[in-house]
Amino acid sequence: MLEILDYAFMQRALLAAVLVGITAPAVGIYLVQRRQAIMGDGIGHVALTGVALGFLTGTNPVWTAVAVSALGAILMELIRWYGKTRGDLALAMLFYGGMAGGVLLINLSPTGSNANLTTYLFGSITTVSPEDVVAISLLAAFVVLITLGLRRQLFAICQDEEFARVTGLPVRTLNLLLAVTAAVTVTVAMRVVGLLLVSALMVVPVAAAQQATRGFAMTLALAITIGVVVTLSGTVFSFYKNVPPGASIVVLAIGVFALITALAAPLAKRRAQRVAAAEERCTLRDDVLV
Amino acid sequence: MEAEETRESGVAGESGVARESGLAREESGVAGESAVAGDPAADPISLRGATATLGGRPVLRGIDLTVRRGEVVALLGANGSGKSTAVRSVVGQVPLSGGELALFGIPRRRFRDWARIGYVPQRTTAASGVPATVREVVSAGRLARRRFGPPRKADRAAVQRALELVGMADRARDPVSALSGGQHQRVLIARALAGEPELLIMDEPMAGVDLASQEILAGTLREQVAGGATVLLVLHELGPLEPLIDRAVVLRDGCVVHDGPPPEAVGQHALPGHDHVHPHAAPDAEPIRTGLLT
Repeated sequence: MLEILDYAFMQRALLAAVLVGITAPAVGIYLVQRRQAIMGDGIGHVALTGVALGFLTGTNPVWTAVAVSALGAILMELIRWYGKTRGDLALAMLFYGGMAGGVLLINLSPTGSNANLTTYLFGSITTVSPEDVVAISLLAAFVVLITLGLRRQLFAICQDEEFARVTGLPVRTLNLLLAVTAAVTVTVAMRVVGLLLVSALMVVPVAAAQQATRGFAMTLALAITIGVVVTLSGTVFSFYKNVPPGASIVVLAIGVFALITALAAPLAKRRAQRVAAAEERCTLRDDVLV
Repeated sequence: MEAEETRESGVAGESGVARESGLAREESGVAGESAVAGDPAADPISLRGATATLGGRPVLRGIDLTVRRGEVVALLGANGSGKSTAVRSVVGQVPLSGGELALFGIPRRRFRDWARIGYVPQRTTAASGVPATVREVVSAGRLARRRFGPPRKADRAAVQRALELVGMADRARDPVSALSGGQHQRVLIARALAGEPELLIMDEPMAGVDLASQEILAGTLREQVAGGATVLLVLHELGPLEPLIDRAVVLRDGCVVHDGPPPEAVGQHALPGHDHVHPHAAPDAEPIRTGLLT
């Protein structure tokens, strides 16, 4: 089993997998809390244009993807503020435009092809280069700094935005920062999980964790644990079975979700019974004025 | 002054992110403002000729509303009279299309000292996506005092005090989704109290609240008022808070139609036994009411 660590490319893939397992749920929890679970998906589509731009200009696609997806995320956040009735259509344009632009540009570039594109769409363990690892590590450090360091502030704006504004928090700046952080996470995750499945890793570990937890901090910790476990085991599985890691990681994550859901339901039932039993029994009282 | 200290340490403890231009501007605004905020006699809320529209429809049509220091003012009116819009414009959530608003003597546009205001929004039944404990929600209110930087002992103590004030300290680790409507409302009030505000603004705090929670809320409010807090409440009817209220402002169709003593209770509200709160009686001396007459 440990022989897979002998391969340098596997060391890089596993390191990237751990970073994805930490960062994707750490950002995803805020998106889920604000019922924007689908935002990661949109950023993933837009990032594709960034990847193709990297091929076209001969720069590392990770950096061009960060730039383009951050712009896309900021645009989505602005649409959320100002777009009232046509907001959903504007978002749809952005998603489709990002996807179509990516396919168009990559076929125009001399080095790119649809085969390259596939590794970005579904992830690949053999193509994580040493430069990718450096880029991914730097970006992941940024994501961890924001999502854990500003945990209380981001919790407040996602839990009750109106109240957060009245506490004097710079809500707009924090919202933009969260959007950019989500975009950075997408690019951290795209080498291993792939752009089409990155959103799943933001959402599914959080959805699984919250079946079993009662508080936000616990949900965050458990979601990151689940994230790391599924990305590592999914990457190892991909090595042996030669399937795209994005697919095995997401299927595993959904398996964990199903398992926790099945286990949590009887637990919650028993807890409810205990609470009910602890409630006061009815008694006649003589201090009641009618 | 404690507020002063927290603010300064907040600036010093800013993370790299907080140095972004928007934040820096806000923080320096705070520092500049504290010199202006010196007038202790200024009215906490002063609204003059305020107009506001929602979706093209005029909702406030030139209202005046002044809340003086230490006063408990109830904003009354039927559904759609504009009372919710009025308080939401006071806390900056609805833009005024005309008129003037000053908070603690400072024009709204330049007001940055949000820690002086505790806001209790109308309770929504829509639960958030991710579970959160009672303590986590109440702690968010403390961000008014310390926006950035890790919470200190004083912050945790303030959160604990707020939880005890509303009688929810024993539920601090429970998820808010497991609470009744009344308990949830108490948590939202604790969140506002965690920032130790001078002015409490509450939007329909008694809506959908069971009698036991109503009594606790009235007791909490009584303690705040005794401690010198100023309160602006939106109420559908005076109910159990009636004895606390100094003045009532009644809105109808976006206009103030009454500003003075609270209207006399009529009908069954005037029956003996309807008042649940007696400001000078000790809380434990209160007989338990059945609520048959409410």
